[in-house]
Amino acid sequence: MIKKIQQITGQAIPLKGNDIDTDRIIPARFMKCLTFDGLGQFAFYDVRFSDKGEEKDHPLNSPDYAGHSVLITNRNFGCGSSREHAPWALSGIGIKCIIAQSYAEIFANNCSSLGIPALIVDEETVTKLQNKVSAHPETEIKVNLLTGTLTLGEENFSFDMPETYRKALVEGKWDTTSMLMENLEAIKKKNQTLK
Amino acid sequence: MGKNLLQKVWENHKVTRLPTGQDQIFIALHLIHEVTSPQAFGMLKARGLKVLYPERTFGTVDHIIPTDKRERPFEDKLAENMIQALEKNTSGNNISYFGPESDHQGIVHIMGPELGLTQPGLTIACGDSHTSTHGAFGAIALGIGTSQIRDILATQTMALSKPKVRRINITGDLKPGVYAKDIILKIIAELGVNGGIGFAYEYGGNIVDEMSMEERMTICNMTIEGGARVGYVNPDDTTFEYLKGRLYTPEDFDNSIKKWKALASDKDAEYDDLYNLDVTDLEPMLTWGINPGHAIGVNQRIPIIEELPEDQRQTASHACDFMDLSPGQTLKGTKVDVAFIGSCTNGRISDLREAAEFVKGKKVNPSTRALVVPGSRSVSNMAEKEGLHKIFIEAGFQWREPGCSMCLAMNPDKLKGIELCASSSNRNFIGRQGSPTGRTVLMSPVMVAAAAIKGEICDSREMI
Repeated sequence: MIKKIQQITGQAIPLKGNDIDTDRIIPARFMKCLTFDGLGQFAFYDVRFSDKGEEKDHPLNSPDYAGHSVLITNRNFGCGSSREHAPWALSGIGIKCIIAQSYAEIFANNCSSLGIPALIVDEETVTKLQNKVSAHPETEIKVNLLTGTLTLGEENFSFDMPETYRKALVEGKWDTTSMLMENLEAIKKKNQTLK
Repeated sequence: MGKNLLQKVWENHKVTRLPTGQDQIFIALHLIHEVTSPQAFGMLKARGLKVLYPERTFGTVDHIIPTDKRERPFEDKLAENMIQALEKNTSGNNISYFGPESDHQGIVHIMGPELGLTQPGLTIACGDSHTSTHGAFGAIALGIGTSQIRDILATQTMALSKPKVRRINITGDLKPGVYAKDIILKIIAELGVNGGIGFAYEYGGNIVDEMSMEERMTICNMTIEGGARVGYVNPDDTTFEYLKGRLYTPEDFDNSIKKWKALASDKDAEYDDLYNLDVTDLEPMLTWGINPGHAIGVNQRIPIIEELPEDQRQTASHACDFMDLSPGQTLKGTKVDVAFIGSCTNGRISDLREAAEFVKGKKVNPSTRALVVPGSRSVSNMAEKEGLHKIFIEAGFQWREPGCSMCLAMNPDKLKGIELCASSSNRNFIGRQGSPTGRTVLMSPVMVAAAAIKGEICDSREMI
C-alpha cells in the first residue's frame, strides 16, 4: 500500500534564488553510488561548505532552520540534469515539501516519484513567505493537498500544482510502477503493434 | 487542422489514460548508462520484478569512464563498482551492452544515432536530461529520473503529461564561422532557461532544413537547457540518408521511409506557440554567467545589471561575481586555462573535423591545457582514420578516449580551483566541471579551438 500524501505540517526554510540547478543541489562527484541512501550529507554541498569542509553562511547551516521540512525557493528550481539524486538528497535532509514559483520538468517529475509535493506559487507569495519565515523561522507551515490550502502562521495562501501530481499524491498513486503494471495486457498489445 | 509530429507519435505510443490523468506512454527505445541505472535495477529487485522487454533497452558507459587510463579495474574504485553494476545488470537481464572494450561504446546520445537505434517516430527515454538529442531524428525523446527507469524496465511504459508544442522557425543566412551551437545558445538566451517549461520544441525553417543530422543533434541536445524536455526536427531525406545502412536500421528500409515521412508534422499542423529567429546577423555565441541563458555574441558586452529585468538581476550579479567578470565588458581577451572539445553536444565527427581544420598548423598556447574527447569509439576511429588526432596532438591538444569527460567531471577530468574553461559542452553551472570554484564559458568547438590557441577568449573568425 502506497502512502497517501495529503497534509504536511512543519516549519520552513527560505532558500532565495532563481534557476538553482541540480548540480548545485548535489554535485556530480557525489553521484558515484549504487543506491540513493545517505545522499542527504551532500545536499547543496558546495554552497554549504568550503573546500576545507568549513560551514559557509547558508540557510541550511543556520540553527534557525534546523529540522525544518518545507523548502521555499524561487523560479525554475531543479533545472539541469535529470539526476534523481537531487530530490533524494533533499529528502535525506528531511525535506517533505517544496514551494517555488516554478520547477524544471524532470525535477518536478522526480519529486512526484518520491512523494514530495512541489507546490507552485506566484512571485509575490514566494517573497512574502520567504520574508515571513526569515523574520520568524519558528512559524508553523501547513499544506493541505486535499483542500488546496497553504497556511503560514495565521495567514492563508493559494497554490497551484499539476492536477496529475496532486491526484497521485493524495490518492497514493505516486509510486507509478504498480499503477502502470495494472495495464500489462494493454502494454503487451502495444508492444506487438509497435514491433 | 493537421497534426504535428508530437501528437502523432504520442497517439501511436499511448497505452491508456491513467487514473491520475496522465497518459501511459509506451517507450520504444530505452537507453541506460552507469550512473542513473544501478539504483533502478536495485528497486526492481527489491520488488521482485523482471525486465519486461530487455530487447528494447541498450546500455553503455559514458559518464564516469576515464578517458586516459582504461585498464581495469579503474583507479577510482567507486567508478569501477558502478561499471561492474551495469555489466552485471545488463548481462543478468539479457540487455545489450556496449562496454569500455566495445567498438560501439560512447556517450549514450552519440551511440544511439550512430547505431541506427534512434529512428523517426520512436519514443525514447534515458536517465539523462540530454536525451532530447535524439529528437533530431523526429523521435520524441526525453530525459527521466531513476524511478522512471524502474518503471520502464518493469513495464516499458511511463506516466506522462502531453506537452504543448512550440514551433521554432530558424531562418535567414548563417555566416561562416557561426554554427548550430551558436543558434541554440541564442534561442536559450532569447527564450530563457525556463522559457520551455511545459513545451516540446519543434525546430524548422530553411536553416534547419539545410542542416546535417549532427547539427540538428546539437540543437535538440541543448533544448533541455531552455527548459523544454523534448526537442525535435521533422524527419526528411537528410534523416533517411544518415540512417541508411546503420547496424540497427530496419531491413525494409524503403517501407520504413514511407512510414516515417507520414509522421512529419502536417503542413496545416497546429502549434501552441510560435517563435521566429532570423540568424543572418548571428555571431559566435559565448556564455558569461552561470546558466546557458547567460549568452551573448562574441563582440557583445555583458549586460549592465540595472538594465536587466528585475527578476534576472540577482542571478546576473551573482554570475558576474562568480565568473570574476564585470557588467559592460566583452569576454574577448579573458584568459583561458583549459580548453575542452567534446560532450554529447559537440563531440561528434563533424565537430572534430571543423575544429581540426581550424587548428591545423597552429599551436596551443603554452598556458592552456587543451583536450579533445571524442564522443564515441566510432567517432574516435573515424577521426584517427582521417588523421585528425595527429593534427590535434601536433598542435598540443591531448587526444583522449571516448566519454562524457569534463562536461560533468565525474571521471578524473576536472578543472582545478578557479580555472576558466572554454568548453564545447552544454552547462556552465557553478561547479559543473568538477571544481566548486571552476568557471565555464560555453561556445562552439571552433571557438574552443581558437581560445586554446590564443590562450584567451577570441573571435575565431579573426584568426583564419
